[in-house]
Amino acid sequence: MKRFWLWVPVSVFALLAGIFVSQLRHPSGNTIPSHWVGHPMPQFDLPAAASSRPALSFANLADGKPKLLNIFASWCIPCASEAAVLADLKKQGVEVDGIALRDTRSDLDQFLARNGNPYTHIGGDVSSSVAIALGSTGVPESYIIDGKGIVRKQYIGELSPEDVPALVAEIRAAQ
Amino acid sequence: MKRWLLLLSFVATSAFADSHMAAAPYAYTALPDAKQEAAARDLMTEIRCVVCQGQSIIDSNADLAADMRSMIRTRIQKGEQPAAIRTWLIERYGMWVSYDPPLSATTAPLWLLPLLLLGIGGWLMAGRLKWRRS
Repeated sequence: MKRFWLWVPVSVFALLAGIFVSQLRHPSGNTIPSHWVGHPMPQFDLPAAASSRPALSFANLADGKPKLLNIFASWCIPCASEAAVLADLKKQGVEVDGIALRDTRSDLDQFLARNGNPYTHIGGDVSSSVAIALGSTGVPESYIIDGKGIVRKQYIGELSPEDVPALVAEIRAAQ
Repeated sequence: MKRWLLLLSFVATSAFADSHMAAAPYAYTALPDAKQEAAARDLMTEIRCVVCQGQSIIDSNADLAADMRSMIRTRIQKGEQPAAIRTWLIERYGMWVSYDPPLSATTAPLWLLPLLLLGIGGWLMAGRLKWRRS
């Protein structure tokens, strides 16, 4: 019996060491998904962020047509390469609206001139207020908003060309 | 010139992946009312930063944490209760965002394990002391 108890600390140690090693080798996902999916978009009214596009408010999103809402910024490096994917979505008839996070007009105008401008409206979120109200953790992030202004789905990180067919189907389904 | 380039190479590249925008009004500024500021600080130490995970927003230099601090201070200044702001954030980021998890089925081990371990420790110590005496 005493022999048995002697093994207990060793096995507890081995168990803990095993957990630590496996968790360190495969860190659990560090993306925090928004819990706001399924809820209506927050009531907001953001000023125009770019010179060439109108401002964005809740009413623009809840106009009966599903849309893709893209949170981006000129200072965000993956956002630049994501622009091509958004342009492709626009070509397939998806309306893309943008929220520029903590951006200045001149920086944003330059960014759009360089990478293309697939957006219908661009609102400027200088204090991240709409981003926080959406449960967003950074840029880029994209949300499918249905015609009533309800958040249907969140995509964290850069959209890739492979995501396009599924995105188009989902946006068409989200009336 | 060369020296400047060398110096520039020491700047972390991630520093460029940040906004140039000035911080929000109450990101680094205390509220004028000391009591409100204390309430805001208490809440901010218990809200987890969603960028620098593992830090509270009061310790984090991330832009999003700064914006959250400013939002919390502004809302407390307007008279909102800290508990209501915490609930509002949990509705958006999940329980993950709060460093004060309530007792529930999933968090029960978190609350009960320390008591259990303390009990085991006490039991071991009692046994040890008895053994010494005899």
